[in-house]
Amino acid sequence: MNDSQISLTYVWEARSEADTVRFAERLAALSQPGTVLALDGDLGAGKTRFAQAFARGLEVPGLVNSPTFTIIKEYEGGRLPFYHMDVYRLSTAEADELGLEEYFEGAGVSLVEWASLIEPLLPPERLHIGIALTGPDSRRLTGRPIGARYEAWCRELGMRPIGEEESET
Amino acid sequence: MTDKDYLMLAIETSCDETSVAIVRGGREVLANVVSSQIETHRRFGGVVPEIASRKHVESITLILEEAFAKAGVGRGDIDAVAVTQGPGLIGALLVGVVAAKTLAMALDVPLIGTHHIAGHIYANRLIGEIVYPALALVVSGGHTELVLLEREGVFRIVGRTRDDAVGEAYDKVARALSFPYPGGPYVDKLAQASEEEVELPRAWLEPDSYDFSFSGLKSAVLAEINRAKMKGEELAQGALAKGFQASVIDVVTTKAMRAAQAFGVRQMLLCGGVAANLGLRERLTALCADAGLPLLIPPPSLCSDNAAMIAAAADLKWRRRAFTPLDMVAWPQLSLEEWSVQD
Repeated sequence: MNDSQISLTYVWEARSEADTVRFAERLAALSQPGTVLALDGDLGAGKTRFAQAFARGLEVPGLVNSPTFTIIKEYEGGRLPFYHMDVYRLSTAEADELGLEEYFEGAGVSLVEWASLIEPLLPPERLHIGIALTGPDSRRLTGRPIGARYEAWCRELGMRPIGEEESET
Repeated sequence: MTDKDYLMLAIETSCDETSVAIVRGGREVLANVVSSQIETHRRFGGVVPEIASRKHVESITLILEEAFAKAGVGRGDIDAVAVTQGPGLIGALLVGVVAAKTLAMALDVPLIGTHHIAGHIYANRLIGEIVYPALALVVSGGHTELVLLEREGVFRIVGRTRDDAVGEAYDKVARALSFPYPGGPYVDKLAQASEEEVELPRAWLEPDSYDFSFSGLKSAVLAEINRAKMKGEELAQGALAKGFQASVIDVVTTKAMRAAQAFGVRQMLLCGGVAANLGLRERLTALCADAGLPLLIPPPSLCSDNAAMIAAAADLKWRRRAFTPLDMVAWPQLSLEEWSVQD
């Protein structure tokens, strides 16, 4: 495992929906062309809500709703193009045929819901974000950065490192 | 050839289904072949869901052949080619668009780029006359919209989902209940069969809003599943499905009826894949009957994605000679309102 990386996992406790929204907006402010966010969380954890707040942080105009059915929704008109994806319905082979790398390497920001299902297709550098319910409105946001840039973001966002773990590459 | 007997070939590849139809005069369906129903495909082991564009590439020529054979017409008989330009998945749309452009150019006939939702709405014209102003309740896996048609071919979206589409909410609840994808029809069946009902919340949003939201309902279903699990109770799946379906149908039909009254429409149109849901059909039929409002609902074969509906919508543009240049591009964000006819 020559290419395995040691990375820290970071945590941020959102006490309310407003807290989660603020976190997503601050994350959007850090985003650059080619940013890839890999979002995971159980059904109903609030992945789409997180994506909506993130889109607002990118100043994406209009309504951002669920991409589950169409798999990819592209939004123009914000600070950067926003590519909102939900790969739940896909197998890795099918996702491979969709040419997702063109989005990942594109001029916009990609946010992938259920990203762990297509982990082998994700670019070498990305920020994994986990959303878990801790109460009706509170959420635990977990950041697993892969790459120095994303590691720096986690610290900048004030996330708390919770220890080392070997990332599976 | 007149507007009553011209032959339109239509192609739909916006999502899972590859479909080709041949329609006479915008109304008479001579062939409407959909990939998931085709026998040759089953022999290849079934390629559903046809998410990947490669699957559309593999299907499109077979399905074109089948449509010509079923309709009993030749290529030279075709007077126009229509295709879904958007919305949809770019790679999937592209296959249909390239096939349509190629055919239009080779046959030297006009091309008509068509809006997928206009297709769902105008599927109703394949079964009856639309009386304007009309209100369309579009419910599918990817869309939940209330569309006002003040006159023919002019679309105004008056309400839409802020999060999940109805079909998607069904599929996610089905997923939570461990049914295979797409699980919407299982939930409908469970709900129909159950006597008991778990009371679940309704998301009405602001009093004057025709928008929808189903994420709260989804969370309520998940909370109920968790509650049963924690207490070690056996989950009353049927009662939960019935409660979920009751909430969805209550909100969707109440808002549709309220909008119908507010905009003074003379007809209600139900369309989209979820229009096949029995509970929804029955409830809307009863409400419209009470209100004395005529209602059209296409048969299930014209509710799910199909190319005949694309021909029906493209007929709006054919009769106005509003053709699409060959440099047209597939457009995942195509706007329904902007696709309206210009007269």
